[in-house]
Amino acid sequence: MTKKFKNKTLEWLDYRLPIFSVLREALVDHPTPRNLNYWWNFGSLAGITLIIMIVSGLLLSMHYVAHVDLAFDSVEHIMRDVNYGWLIRYIHSVGASMFFLIVYIHIGRGLYYGSYKSPREVLWWLGIIIFLLMIAAAFLGYTLPWGQMSFWGATVITNLFSAIPLVGDNIVTWLWGGFSVDNPTLNRFYSLHFLIPFLIVGVVFFHIIALHKFGSNNPTGIDLNFKQEKIPFHPYYTIKDFFGFGIFFIIFSIFIFFLPNALGHPDNYIPADPLVTPEHIVPEWYFLPFYAILRAIPFKLLGVIAMLGSIFILFVLPWLDTCKVRSCRFRPIYKQFYWIFIFNFIVLGWIGSKVPEGHYLIISRICTAYYFMHFLFILPILGMFEKTLPLPTNIFKDSKKK
Amino acid sequence: MLKKIFFILFTLFFFIPNSFSKEDVKLKKQNWSFQGIFGRFDNSTLQRGLQVYQEVCSACHGVKRLRFRELTNLGFTKEQIVNYAKTFEILDGPNELGEMFIRPGEPTDTFVSPYKNKEEAIAINGAYPPDLSLLTKAMKNGPDYIYSLLVGYEDPPNDFELPDGLYYNPYHDGSVIAIPQPLYDEAIEYIDGTNASIHQLSYDIVNFLSWAAEPELQKRKALGLKVLIFLIVLTALLYVTMKEIWSRIEK
Amino acid sequence: MINKKKISNLTKDRRSFLKLTTTSMAALGSAFAIWPFIDSMNPSADVLALSVKEFDLSNIEEGSSKTVKWRGKPVFIKHRTKKEIDEAREVNLSELKDPEKDEDRVQKPEWLIVVGVCSHLGCIPLGQKTSDAKGEFNGWFCPCHGSHYDSSGRVRKGPAPKNLQVPKYKFINKNKIQIG
Repeated sequence: MTKKFKNKTLEWLDYRLPIFSVLREALVDHPTPRNLNYWWNFGSLAGITLIIMIVSGLLLSMHYVAHVDLAFDSVEHIMRDVNYGWLIRYIHSVGASMFFLIVYIHIGRGLYYGSYKSPREVLWWLGIIIFLLMIAAAFLGYTLPWGQMSFWGATVITNLFSAIPLVGDNIVTWLWGGFSVDNPTLNRFYSLHFLIPFLIVGVVFFHIIALHKFGSNNPTGIDLNFKQEKIPFHPYYTIKDFFGFGIFFIIFSIFIFFLPNALGHPDNYIPADPLVTPEHIVPEWYFLPFYAILRAIPFKLLGVIAMLGSIFILFVLPWLDTCKVRSCRFRPIYKQFYWIFIFNFIVLGWIGSKVPEGHYLIISRICTAYYFMHFLFILPILGMFEKTLPLPTNIFKDSKKK
Repeated sequence: MLKKIFFILFTLFFFIPNSFSKEDVKLKKQNWSFQGIFGRFDNSTLQRGLQVYQEVCSACHGVKRLRFRELTNLGFTKEQIVNYAKTFEILDGPNELGEMFIRPGEPTDTFVSPYKNKEEAIAINGAYPPDLSLLTKAMKNGPDYIYSLLVGYEDPPNDFELPDGLYYNPYHDGSVIAIPQPLYDEAIEYIDGTNASIHQLSYDIVNFLSWAAEPELQKRKALGLKVLIFLIVLTALLYVTMKEIWSRIEK
Repeated sequence: MINKKKISNLTKDRRSFLKLTTTSMAALGSAFAIWPFIDSMNPSADVLALSVKEFDLSNIEEGSSKTVKWRGKPVFIKHRTKKEIDEAREVNLSELKDPEKDEDRVQKPEWLIVVGVCSHLGCIPLGQKTSDAKGEFNGWFCPCHGSHYDSSGRVRKGPAPKNLQVPKYKFINKNKIQIG
């Protein structure tokens, strides 16, 4: 049998527990397309952010108290008394925003380069599951400081479940553990908020296993058949990922140290008051597009279905997109629709922060309709009629390669 | 071509929100020493701000998240703080007889709020005078807003119907506010002899409240600068190393 | 031929130097980044502020003692009688497991101040109340594993390795001490 490691102890251990060879395969030897651009940095960035969130969250949990009378005070205790407590809390709160920013770009890259297409459908599914878990974690976590937005955000979102016919109200009562958002709710939200990140870690492992089965997609979207088209992950992509971390940490630090509350809502520095509703209840920026879809539809149940549908539709995306060509580079018409879709999504986000009245309501309905049109009509039809550009036979023949 | 259209749309989009939003009253923006990346608090204005709080605001508002010991950050000595804390009465207990008792304050105590609880505050004032500890953080453009509010009291326009017991202030939501104008020229006499104009009083109290809301601000920004410089150097190094490594195959 | 080799050696040097600098910078950064997380588990500012506390001695009569809470632990404040002081001072140091003179353990002979935590495994010894067992040496007796302490809080018998610890304290005035 050939030896895998020079070090005898390592060899002995790895022979019995092959984590080292698995790690080496994944992080060192893994053959990776040599033409990946910087948009491929966002997977590892999401990974490091997840780790940062778990570590900072763990330390916050050592000081936080999940009780309606003490939660707000304990957060202020962290901010004022705990050594570097302010830093850890701002890392965690800004980190949530950063995590979503990164994941949105990661998803956007997948959409642009067709990374969801065969044979990577399950990889794509796992990604959506991670995204759904992130939404849950972010929502639950936002409740914990027990400020006004925490409380009313929790109230509004949990009330969505009352749209379910027949059992809706019972489910809401069950979620609350009472007749309003109160101490039992806070406690269970804390408990679940602690659990979900570890579920995410689990799904991330599957995500990586699925990724390594067929390897990364690449900007040309073509299957790579030649050995020369791939390079070992280490050192080429490790160093590139580290450079990405550097850029990300700079942006992250600017927010943590100089604009820590810019992405949050001032109302959340007012302790929760069940008797006073803030003027505008607005979720964090990363939920705004979905919030806009929810409010675009006048019937509660339909609104909820549309909001959930806007994410769940991604599960069937690999089949809605009938085009065999993956990358947008070779799909001139889809490329335009892609950018329109992105723009539409950003407009939805902007609308989500507004009171849904007058022309805002009209815009939000048009955008919502377009969102679904993109998936349900444009993509399937385009795949049938679009004339794609000729694909290169290998990445060295790719004209766009610098 | 496509990209151009997209970016034009994109930039347009960032201008729209401003033109669409309802005409907000323009805040009287001040130059706060604690803003910007080199932001720092100025001890003399903080100390005056404490005096304003003590002599005016504290009649109705608490700052319950502050502890006397934290006043060292305003440049007070330990002894001054001990003496200052002593002037407050703290409810403590129970003692060995099971009774609550009053004792003089100590540096570890928190500032004493004027009312036992929210209900009492409302019963006496009709409205709840909020705790000021986090006020500047709990408002959009907190410092400028509070400053504008404090100096912004004026007579209502002729066609404005002012409800009983409320006061006209264009900076407040709906232009009416429950608190009568708290600060006037010469409302108090500053210990350090500074001229107590309404501008000065408002400026000082906002400084004090900003410190109360973010006592970590100075430390945060100082550390942030160091971290940023370090990260920029490290990232530059990583970039050079990356180019070096990739040059092996990029031929 | 030789020249070529020289050049490749030079690039190699440059490469390894660059790699070393970058790696050490990254390592340094990580080390600094970890510190706030570790430090956040150290006592926080409010805990530290309460770690120095004043106690009133005026109502502790001679022969009695009082337990006060300091840093979450019991502190025994014992107002010793003449007899107890003499007993503590007559002891031959060579008999002691952890030799310490009584004079070194008190600032004023009538006041003994010790942290009431047995040096064996952290139980609280008996002897503060008049009804308590005071052990064979008229001090304290730890019920957990049977350590006996004398009227100076020194271990005399049993598994405890050390005397009861004397905290840092000072007399602010005749009737007031500050511990910590």
